Amino acid sequence: MLSNPRVRAGALTLPLIAFLGVTFIAPLGAMLWRSVHEPLVADALPQTLALLEAWDGLAAPPEALYRTAAGEFQQLQASRALGGVATRVNRVQGGSRSIIMRTARELRGTAPASWREAMIAAHPAWGEAAIWGAIRRAGERYTIRHYLNALDLKQDIQGRIVAQPQEQRIYLKLLGNTLAASAAITLICLALGYPLAYLIANAKPPWPNLLLLAVLLPFWSSLLVRSMSWIVMLQKEGVVNDLLVALGLVAEDGRLIMVYNMIGTMVTMTQLLLPFLILPLCAVMHGIPPLHLRAAASLGANPRQAFLHVYWPQTLPGVAAGSLLVFILAIGYYIAPALVGGRTGQFISNLIAYHMQYSLNWGLAAALNFVLLVCVLVILVAYNRLVGIERLRFD
Amino acid sequence: MSLRTDSQRHWLRRTAKGLTAATLLAVAAAPLGAAAEEHQGPAPLTGESLTVVSWGGPYAKAQKRAFFDAFTAETGIRVRMDDFFGGLAQVRAQVEAGSVHWDLIDLEFADVAQGCEEGLLELVDIDELPPAPDGTLARDDYFEGSFSDCGGAGIFFSTIYAYNRESFPAAAPSKIEDFFDLKRFPGRRGLRRSPLVNLEFALLADGVPAAEVYAVLDTPAGKARAFRKLDSIKDQVLWWDTGAQPVQMLADHEVVMATSFNGRIFHEAVVERQPFVIVWDGQVLDSGQFAIVAGTPRLAAARKLLLFLSRIENMAALTRYFPYSPMRHSATKLIYTHLETGVDMWPHMPTNPANMGRVLVNDWHWWRDHHDEMTERFSAWLLR
Repeated sequence: MLSNPRVRAGALTLPLIAFLGVTFIAPLGAMLWRSVHEPLVADALPQTLALLEAWDGLAAPPEALYRTAAGEFQQLQASRALGGVATRVNRVQGGSRSIIMRTARELRGTAPASWREAMIAAHPAWGEAAIWGAIRRAGERYTIRHYLNALDLKQDIQGRIVAQPQEQRIYLKLLGNTLAASAAITLICLALGYPLAYLIANAKPPWPNLLLLAVLLPFWSSLLVRSMSWIVMLQKEGVVNDLLVALGLVAEDGRLIMVYNMIGTMVTMTQLLLPFLILPLCAVMHGIPPLHLRAAASLGANPRQAFLHVYWPQTLPGVAAGSLLVFILAIGYYIAPALVGGRTGQFISNLIAYHMQYSLNWGLAAALNFVLLVCVLVILVAYNRLVGIERLRFD
Repeated sequence: MSLRTDSQRHWLRRTAKGLTAATLLAVAAAPLGAAAEEHQGPAPLTGESLTVVSWGGPYAKAQKRAFFDAFTAETGIRVRMDDFFGGLAQVRAQVEAGSVHWDLIDLEFADVAQGCEEGLLELVDIDELPPAPDGTLARDDYFEGSFSDCGGAGIFFSTIYAYNRESFPAAAPSKIEDFFDLKRFPGRRGLRRSPLVNLEFALLADGVPAAEVYAVLDTPAGKARAFRKLDSIKDQVLWWDTGAQPVQMLADHEVVMATSFNGRIFHEAVVERQPFVIVWDGQVLDSGQFAIVAGTPRLAAARKLLLFLSRIENMAALTRYFPYSPMRHSATKLIYTHLETGVDMWPHMPTNPANMGRVLVNDWHWWRDHHDEMTERFSAWLLR
């Protein structure tokens, strides 16, 4: 079989496929798996969960349930595993962690006649259905709870899907904000980058190289430094405001607020992402012979018509590639918006980072990630319809 | 990103004008730093090396000078310092993956407790920790309720608010209520972009006694009340994420007052001579401890370091550089003067009774229960 030249040529791509598998598909798969698979509570409380399965959620829980739960809590506490369980139940219902931990602490070493009374004495919450419902929900080995949470929904104690309380709905709104801000940044980049790319592609030497260097130089410096530099430029006592005051354009007490708000985010992210638009666009424009415009002019087209009907359509693959790059990168940014974005400058990635780093709720982070991924895929499909993915050019 | 280094901060502040001067400053300061690092102790290096993770900035520098250098001098075990932004995420990742490369970590107390419960940190018996010089056992020497099953050494720090003296030449703010009083003290405020501490400050300023703050926060009406109070200054707030930001904002007059950690403000006011003043009224007191990452292959050396750090003289040594008070009574009695400036450190300590007129001790149990929902709610509130 290896004598077949096509098979041999195909075998050359094996390292690439292996590389993609290890660096892209495997982490993505692991992330998706984590967002639906949460075995920790199911493994830790098998008997309690079996009894909870039989319980209808309405009648008072039976004594056997109390005894079993108390036993498993104490066992877990002895092996330092109860904290993890309590943290996960707490994610279903805030406040559960300390109910469980306190109860386990107070029951340590006791053997009461009635476990029900002992547990309710340790914490009155055990007399109500809510905590038991939360344990049952957290005990689902396969769960859609993170996706519900990512869409501002939750399951109530009977398992019905309901909206989160008004003041806690955040993810959909943040997602909308992120998409809208990213789209606006892409448009600004396009408006600024298109003429510049044209200039780079068509200027006489040595200008193209110098202009390209001017684009690339900031591109090579640290993202954080560039974000912070914009604070220096735009803040109330910053360079731009100082200049405006010195020129008498703005009164001393009327200094403009240009950073720690949406303006700051837009300006900073536009500057950060501009090279990603200019470079592919430049490459495409470079390949368009100047003859085309001259031919259009000689056939009687005015400059506007020549641009719209001859030049612009030929740059479309570069426009599409560049704006897609900028848009997708913008969606995932979070350090720059965090630094200069102020109150309204949060992106969905800021909360993903919170769940990765602080709440350690990696399931929810993964679910949010996946929602973001779906958005990107939808946009890619839309692009394919409008421009045709095979026409994208990044070179 | 080291916005923390002072030469860079000056650059940010004075921009083009200060650029040359700052460069010269950095060039001049470099050999000094190198000279300080060459100061190694006499014990021959064993070839062993521990990785200690802390919070960076002037605080980490103070820790290095106060005790990590001394540990290397005494034992010959090298200490490599790394920075992080708090939380247990990396610890958990290392423990779960079975490849632990951090040995000792400087955690907030809530994280020590959580990491301990979840088996991410090595257990440390309080009776292993060295006794006080007068023989008092460690368990009696620690402040009540301030040790966990996994931590050693330990400090108190506090979240306070500070103002720029230049912004208030006449009457200056002095109470937590003043932070929320836009009429008497107009101007923008810097607050941390997190529900932590902000909800407590809001309730304190709204007249809730410190002892009742968490009980009030536990009720739906109390949460609403805290957010309502924050509403009253919402459009005058700049939100910060990292510790370097609020001091930068204060120095730039972007804000007239900002919440921060007392150590940061001390460093700016005393070492950097910025006109910042701390308002201690309504301070939220918190603590932190060192802990050993579970499963480290260098367990014996890490334990040795933790016990070394828990000695009274080493716990107190930090106060030569930084105003975070030690968690043990006997070390509190030793609090020193600031090495660089000769300033008496006791007035700058969060546990000084003069600063504890109205103090709220951070209830991390409450936050462990409600951090997630409060973060969601706070983020939603920010966007409204």
